[in-house]
Amino acid sequence: MSSYAKRLMWPVLILLALIVVNIIATGVDFIIPSVNDDGRLGGAFVNILRRSAPLLLIALGMTLVIATKGIDLSVGAVYAIGAAIACQLIIDAPDQTAAGLVFTAISLALVVTAVIGAWNGVMVAYFGIQPIVATLILMIAGRGIAQLVTGGQIPKVQDSSPFTELGRGAFLTIPIPIWIAALALTALALLTRKTALGMLLESVGGNPEASRLAGIRSKGITVLVYLVCGLCAGLAGLIGAANLGSADANNGGLWIELDAILAVVIGGTALVGGRFFLLGTAIGVAIIGTLEDTIINVGLSSQWQFTAKAVVVFVVALLQSPEFRAWILKPFKRKPETTAPAPVEEAAK
Amino acid sequence: MTDAALVRMTGIVKDFTGVRALDGVDFTLRPGEIHAVMGENGAGKSTLIKVLTGVHGHDAGEILLDGEPVRFSSPKAAQAAGISTVYQEVNLTDNLSVAENLLAGREPRLGPFINFRAMRRRAKALLDDIGIDLNVAAPLSSYSIAMQQLVAIARAVDIEAKVLILDEPTSSLDRDEVEVLLGVMRRLAGNGTAMVFISHFLDQVYEISDRMTVLRNGRLVGEWATEDLPQNELIGHMLGREAAALEQIERAASQHQVEDEAPLVEATGLGRKGSIAPYDLQIRRGEVVGLAGLLGSGRTETARLIAGADRADSGTLKFEGKKVGGHNPRTAAARGIAFCPENRKTEGLVGDLTVAENMILAMQASRGWARSIPIARRDKLVAEFIEKLGIRPADPDMPVKNLSGGNQQKVLLARWMLIEPKLLILDEPTRGIDVGAKADIQRLVAELSAEGMSVLFVSAELDEVTRLSDRIAVLRDRELIAVLESEADMTSERIVDTIVAGGRES
Repeated sequence: MSSYAKRLMWPVLILLALIVVNIIATGVDFIIPSVNDDGRLGGAFVNILRRSAPLLLIALGMTLVIATKGIDLSVGAVYAIGAAIACQLIIDAPDQTAAGLVFTAISLALVVTAVIGAWNGVMVAYFGIQPIVATLILMIAGRGIAQLVTGGQIPKVQDSSPFTELGRGAFLTIPIPIWIAALALTALALLTRKTALGMLLESVGGNPEASRLAGIRSKGITVLVYLVCGLCAGLAGLIGAANLGSADANNGGLWIELDAILAVVIGGTALVGGRFFLLGTAIGVAIIGTLEDTIINVGLSSQWQFTAKAVVVFVVALLQSPEFRAWILKPFKRKPETTAPAPVEEAAK
Repeated sequence: MTDAALVRMTGIVKDFTGVRALDGVDFTLRPGEIHAVMGENGAGKSTLIKVLTGVHGHDAGEILLDGEPVRFSSPKAAQAAGISTVYQEVNLTDNLSVAENLLAGREPRLGPFINFRAMRRRAKALLDDIGIDLNVAAPLSSYSIAMQQLVAIARAVDIEAKVLILDEPTSSLDRDEVEVLLGVMRRLAGNGTAMVFISHFLDQVYEISDRMTVLRNGRLVGEWATEDLPQNELIGHMLGREAAALEQIERAASQHQVEDEAPLVEATGLGRKGSIAPYDLQIRRGEVVGLAGLLGSGRTETARLIAGADRADSGTLKFEGKKVGGHNPRTAAARGIAFCPENRKTEGLVGDLTVAENMILAMQASRGWARSIPIARRDKLVAEFIEKLGIRPADPDMPVKNLSGGNQQKVLLARWMLIEPKLLILDEPTRGIDVGAKADIQRLVAELSAEGMSVLFVSAELDEVTRLSDRIAVLRDRELIAVLESEADMTSERIVDTIVAGGRES
């Protein structure tokens, strides 16, 4: 088994276990998509994926940031800023249904959130501020900026505006948020693995000084990664706002940075930087999303949500710990053989 | 006498997933002896030590301590039984005081509080015991690595160690410091402490050890009293071939004519405050320039300024006759200056990345992230260099941290050879690696320079510098004091004389 498959094994098993629990509790309908009256896919699992799309976007950006030994705490606030800009622009316009307006609003929101991300990156890469501190600034200030944009109100977009399609619509029967998340996953996977960006990122995160001496432009790469993370957060905010039809500067995307970090860690990317696993992160997001439904489906009250999440994190962290695995597997380890196998030959070539 | 063994390991077998690291190895340690365990990297020295100290369990065989069978489940258990280890990298806490480091976990107490006065007194006494004098209240980080190493030893001794294991303790020490360390070892041996000594420095091994156990490829080659095993035989046993690996490497100097053109590198008054005094140095095409001097003399600092790893704050650097501005590792690589730093692990390699990824890192960096090296080309280049440099295991997809030091160094060399530099700067490329790899690397330097590449070669080993260099710059106290050019001048003795004389003048 490749090391990549090994990394993904535990998260996949946990996701499957959660799905099995749900199927036992609510029947196979949980996993099988149904077709709604309006011809769109529905069903419990599809809904989980649709709802998880913003988290996935943010977690993907976070994965890249964490790979560089960094962290971005501001994503929740950037989510709120993206949502606020788009919604405010739309409600300020005379005709909220105009496609051009919606396009402009979305573009402007994405440009601003990308700039904010790049700002984080500049503080980390060029001013040498610790990532946790640099992004904490915007984590706090960001929601204030969002409030300034909305003037302290919660802008509500008309349901007839095409903007809401971003959260509620469907394309080829599949919900738009799932499309966006899947496209983002594919795009980032291609961006990092089909170019050398992924390797250089892992190099910078794995050993910054060695990377500098090897001549890698680590500053530029760092800024780029934070920029992508901001962009992802902004996009997540747009989906969230489109789904609700409004932008809440105070509560939109609240604590989503912590869920995102959680998903990254569940997915097998270590917080110390280096190797990263975008697919693992996606599975981590699915685990978090499924867990919320599982709690309700097995008959626990929603107050259990945080505790249950903590338990899952605990289990995943244990399963990923080599020490724990060695300890738990000890009784099953086969006794040493008495016959000596031949020493390993050096590869013929 | 023979049965007064303190430690007797017999038939030790240790497997790591699919690899047999130790295959029926015997090892006997007697009280008060200094016993060297010798072998190339990957011979099983470290594994043997780790089995003895409880880091690894063994899969077969027996360990007797004072005649009692033992099996340590952890280093702590081994320590409790009187087996202490001092590793190559100092395992102490930098920002605590010397006394705190010495007595951590065993602090003298006053009720629930630490009695700092008693602690300092005991720490002082401990250091006096081994004959070194430090301010025990000062933070450990204020002392050199050598002193820190001695503190680690003092700490190990205080835990009533019957057996003290010293794993490459001298690899970062200069001559004087090594003498102090060896003195401490002799004193401890006199008190009856048995020591296992692992070192790549054959001179030190011969100077200090009573016996040698030689391992090769996880198997025992034999045990000898040191005086019965001449150096060339030892090397033969370690390498498994009678001819010593460090055969004469032809001095490239005598062969290629150094042309009378403008030098490739011309440093004029280049310096950096607090690091290296302004110096003048020229490197011609195809020339190997050695930098010699004691540890802390400014060897590394001199090289780093030319490499662009540090920024110079005075003087000018010309490369190919043109003044170099905005010098940093990236622009240096673009000009054709490659730098293999002294510390492979922290400055050279990215441990989690594979052999192949580490090799192509500099080449990829120069192309930028958007222009990935095509996989077919990459695989071909990597396979070619694995073959050319004899990197083992020959697995391009193995994380580089799993390789031995010598192979890691070769990976680092391959990284820079891939970009075909005009100047290759090697800072201690042979430190802490086995004799075979050392010979390979020296041979490579000679070959590259014969092909026209210039090399700036930094090494603590004078023999190595004199064997390879066309000219030698000698440093002392962060100052370049002389450049030795003539054949007659380039001997170890002459370098030492220069260093000593340079000291008198200042």
